[in-house]
Amino acid sequence: MTKINLNMITQRSVEEGAAMEKGKTNPDYFEACSIIEMNPEDMKKAGIWVNSNVRVTSECGTVVVKCINSTQYCPPGLAHIRQGVWANQVVPPRTQSTGTPQYSGFPVTIEPAFEEKRKTALQLVQGAVGLWKGGN
Amino acid sequence: MPKLITQVGCPYCGSSCDDIEVLVSDDNKKILEVHNACIIGTNLFFHANDPTRPKLPRQRQPDGSMKEITYPEAIDWMAKTLLAAKKPLIYGFGSTNCEGMSAVARIAEKSGAVLDNCATICHGPSFLAMFDNGYPSCTLGEAKNRADVVVFWGCNPMHAHPRHTSRYSIFPRGYFTNKGQMQRTIISVDPRQTDTAKLADVHLMLDQGHDYELFDAFRTVLKGYDIPDVVAGIKKETIVKSVEIMKKARFCMIFFGMGCTHTDGRNHNIDAAISLTRDLNNHTKCSIMAMRGHYNIAGPGQVWSWIFGFPYCIDLSKGTHAHMNPGETSSVDLAMRDEVDCFVNVGADAGAHFPIQAVQHLKKHPFITIDPNFNMASEIADLHIPVRIAGVDEPGVVYRMDNVPIQFKSVIDGLPGVPSDEELFDMVYERMCELTKTEPVWLTAKEDRKHPTNISAVNEA
Repeated sequence: MTKINLNMITQRSVEEGAAMEKGKTNPDYFEACSIIEMNPEDMKKAGIWVNSNVRVTSECGTVVVKCINSTQYCPPGLAHIRQGVWANQVVPPRTQSTGTPQYSGFPVTIEPAFEEKRKTALQLVQGAVGLWKGGN
Repeated sequence: MPKLITQVGCPYCGSSCDDIEVLVSDDNKKILEVHNACIIGTNLFFHANDPTRPKLPRQRQPDGSMKEITYPEAIDWMAKTLLAAKKPLIYGFGSTNCEGMSAVARIAEKSGAVLDNCATICHGPSFLAMFDNGYPSCTLGEAKNRADVVVFWGCNPMHAHPRHTSRYSIFPRGYFTNKGQMQRTIISVDPRQTDTAKLADVHLMLDQGHDYELFDAFRTVLKGYDIPDVVAGIKKETIVKSVEIMKKARFCMIFFGMGCTHTDGRNHNIDAAISLTRDLNNHTKCSIMAMRGHYNIAGPGQVWSWIFGFPYCIDLSKGTHAHMNPGETSSVDLAMRDEVDCFVNVGADAGAHFPIQAVQHLKKHPFITIDPNFNMASEIADLHIPVRIAGVDEPGVVYRMDNVPIQFKSVIDGLPGVPSDEELFDMVYERMCELTKTEPVWLTAKEDRKHPTNISAVNEA
């Protein structure tokens, strides 16, 4: 499998906001946030298909998300996960002494993960703190 | 007969749109229609109808399940936990009214806590730059009526503040900008071609994280010096053209967002933005504004500045005076150093919006969530206390992103027995005073205190 190194940003989107207000366990929130957007050129380089799952790994974590067609154009070299539970699995907590974590501009490795499943918000957060009881 | 309530404030983003109309059922319990709001605001109002909304506090049991308990039990547990902790952290408040923010200050003082708000992971760096360099800002009304050049730097209002462009910045006809969008020139600075960038006349698609360089190039050109052919991935001609547009404006308005505060440089980017604003004022009138995220995220900055002298990251653990030093007393840093021994999450969702490693550290200690709905923070909490939704079933004062206070109203009746943030914090404060055998001095001074009659009624029933 090919891996590709990209620069990650996590930002807000209207789909994420609208779904969040319905509740973070709502299926809309899952579909709005457990996704990644990147340039088609980069997808080709890494052998990633649209609507297939990819594994994103940063210096501090890893998460499986679905690669979708960009809703807002992303230039080559840049990747974008909407803010929320999935993005925060890979956001480095370093703050440059300002209190604000590195939500944008951190290196990630992205590789195809066709066989792997995305986890739900509850599974990720409760799993991280040892409370998840629902199985894999 | 359903009632149409007009001039309702929207409790979603920093635009705090105050022209929402809500159709409410005749028993005042259900929201039937929402007019004028964006999709996010509409969903927020409708979510208040959700029949599964929690009505009683829930406490985690040894087997990991959650069990419903009464309000007095929850208040007692919270008061005892806060008093037992050496350095609790109370965080959140983006979606709370100013009355609640004021009430929590008493608890924070009493328990020697660190008091922090969502700005810490959002516009905190902007505060740092404002301390260093000032904040030559204005109101959104001025932007609407006067700005003929609008710059969106590292922000995407079409997604984060969906009605900002139609109410204040691009489309509306103002007193001196009576042709609306036709009279405005829009410049967008963003590494992606966002939906806001698509609306712009000039889009500077800079290399991500190179904002400081680009601000510097703008200032250099403005002062009449030469710059390299390409700065931050943007051609010299485009930079010179953009500076000319800003210089020739009658009133230039710079809005900046997370694109500046979440990337490398943080507060230095905003510092440069403020300096650019100052430089532009040698040529024309220019103003700058932070695109604040939550409808009342400017509130804690105001309320706690009156009370403690600082807007966020307020460490009260010394007992004698408030101390603020972001990087040391900020939530994520405290969490990562494992320096706090109790976490209270109010009207925000640290579970979903903090980096997961910070959440793991916070969860080692008692974790309390105060929120009207279920969210990630409530689902990992040891105690979840539901409250009313400020702006939907609880009125209150709210500060818009330009620091203009607005009186929000409630549109439906609150769930019976569920208190507001203010009532809950007052009761916790009172219990803490009882436990420490001290006088609740704040409460006796508070003549207009709302009595939590509905709580006792439910719990006695």
